[in-house]
Amino acid sequence: MTELQAEQGAPALDVAHAQPKTRRNRDLLIALAVFIVLALLPAVFGSKVLLDFVIRCAAYGLFATSLNLLVGYTGLISFGHGMFFGLGAYGFGLMMQKTGVAVPVAFVATLAITFFVALVIGAICVRLKEIYFAFVTLAFQMLIHSTILSWVSLTGGDQGLRGGIPRPSFLGIDLSNQLHLYVTSCALLVIGLFLMHRIAQSPFGYTLRMIRDNAMRASFIGIDVWRAKLTIFVLAALFASTGGIIMALFVSGAYPEFAYWTISGEGIFINMLGGVTTFLGPMVGTVLLLILNDTVTRLTDYHGLVLGIVILFFAIGLRKGLMDFAVEWYGQRRNGAGERG
Amino acid sequence: MDLDALTGCLASSACLVTQTTSGFIIGMLLFLVAVGLTLIFGVLKVVNFSHGAFYMFGAYFAMTAYQLSGSFALAMLCGAAGTAILGLIFERVFMSRVYGADVLMQLLVCYAFVLIFDDVVRMIWGPEFKSMGMPAAFQVAPLFIAGGVVPPYYLLLIGVALAAAMILGLGLARTRIGKVIRAAAHNPGMVSALGINTGLIYGGVFALGGMLAGLAGALAAPVRSLTPGMGFSVLIESFIVTVIGGMGSILGALIGAILIGMIRSFGSLGFPLFTEGLMYLFMVIVLVSRPTGLFGKEVA
Repeated sequence: MTELQAEQGAPALDVAHAQPKTRRNRDLLIALAVFIVLALLPAVFGSKVLLDFVIRCAAYGLFATSLNLLVGYTGLISFGHGMFFGLGAYGFGLMMQKTGVAVPVAFVATLAITFFVALVIGAICVRLKEIYFAFVTLAFQMLIHSTILSWVSLTGGDQGLRGGIPRPSFLGIDLSNQLHLYVTSCALLVIGLFLMHRIAQSPFGYTLRMIRDNAMRASFIGIDVWRAKLTIFVLAALFASTGGIIMALFVSGAYPEFAYWTISGEGIFINMLGGVTTFLGPMVGTVLLLILNDTVTRLTDYHGLVLGIVILFFAIGLRKGLMDFAVEWYGQRRNGAGERG
Repeated sequence: MDLDALTGCLASSACLVTQTTSGFIIGMLLFLVAVGLTLIFGVLKVVNFSHGAFYMFGAYFAMTAYQLSGSFALAMLCGAAGTAILGLIFERVFMSRVYGADVLMQLLVCYAFVLIFDDVVRMIWGPEFKSMGMPAAFQVAPLFIAGGVVPPYYLLLIGVALAAAMILGLGLARTRIGKVIRAAAHNPGMVSALGINTGLIYGGVFALGGMLAGLAGALAAPVRSLTPGMGFSVLIESFIVTVIGGMGSILGALIGAILIGMIRSFGSLGFPLFTEGLMYLFMVIVLVSRPTGLFGKEVA
């Protein structure tokens, strides 16, 4: 803590201004602790439903958090981020079904495919501004969805990849065992969140915030805005793809809905629900939406009506996501200006 | 892929006429929806994601009015007027609250209403497919043009849509109210300072947009089946149309709608499974070569 901050007496700001190295160690410790807690959950609660819930949270959480790197941090409102979720699910599923390679190899290969696809699509998309960016990403998403539907011999068309995804064990991990799948999903989630947090807190992450706030100014001081946007587009795609891979493993298949634009819509919705200015907002949103979906579907046939009213409450009532609201409220209560970023 | 069917059709005048007509009616219905979308975007700077719902309501209102009264004209009127009122209420009560807010918040309000409206329709009219049926006046022998079959109703549909396009275009260009609307799109602060109620203009434009979508739904009701959620595919397609044409451009919406209609009509012959993909591919090509659409202007 610097003297200036000590004088201001702003302990809330400690974290952001701590030495980078100690901060990284602290993040690493938190990540490890979270993973251990998650991994021990099955020992405490033996419920399969809970494990399934956490696996789904891992898949959607990685997807939604990566989308927030674009929406919240860079100001790129992508309506097509779900294409990488679908790409991950289909890429991984097809690789396992057709080639029979080991799981880690298929995982890396799927990420490699995602990397190249995202590079090409991103190079085209990030040139466009605001609403046109949103629509061109949407168009690419639907193009991929249409391709999946029409390429029946490869993808099974509207039936999806059926017949199950083979999951041979590797390094003593057997992903067809629910417990192993659970621990692996938790590990991927925690590693993914840790890496994304590192990206968000790095100088590059701050460059992104600057582009969001004033792209012209950023380019005037010598930042290659196009390159920075493309980099984050590709990075976010990789994490979304990882979410898709978890989903494919979970349902042991891949379906066209995974690549439909509504996945992107849900991702945006999750972000708005949880909040876009805090790193963990999307995770909170994911948990909220999944709980909401599960309960509402159980209670009523008019699922959309209830969900719509809840959304209205957030959009018109709070005017921000839950975490944003909580952070702001906490900040006001402490009578200090909460740092946004 | 079935390119033989496509080339075969292009060589036959009968098939050519049939496909072109069907491309036109798809295009004209899309135009009516898309022009409302583009108008609302142009004036209110809001991307109305719930616009497809107005198309859906127009169709259901028309069907109910037709079943109750048996009059086709009254059905069309109910479809258009009902959605105009709905649009006005929607804008004044909900959308007007999020004008200053984030774009995402506006999208979210619209998204909420997509979900709500679909369920409301399911509650009132039931989840199953409905059909209005062709009015008696149009149950006559189809016309044959160069060997192609053209139902008379199609001509009415195309005629009404073209008339709406003309009235809208001329109205915006020539009348006083049209000029005020264009001024409000350009500089709402100045228009407001001149003593004109911009809230009224916003509500009016939204109602007009809703009315056009509702009219499209009412016109489509005799030839399409009605289902909750029917607005959705129309919404996506009309977004493509507005984006291809350029957001805010009425001429762009017309050209974009006809292009998409033709792609759908002829694409379904050559690429039966990939017809939708063709539209998106076309949209990508247009946006990559002209980032603001064919007739869009760079808006700061």
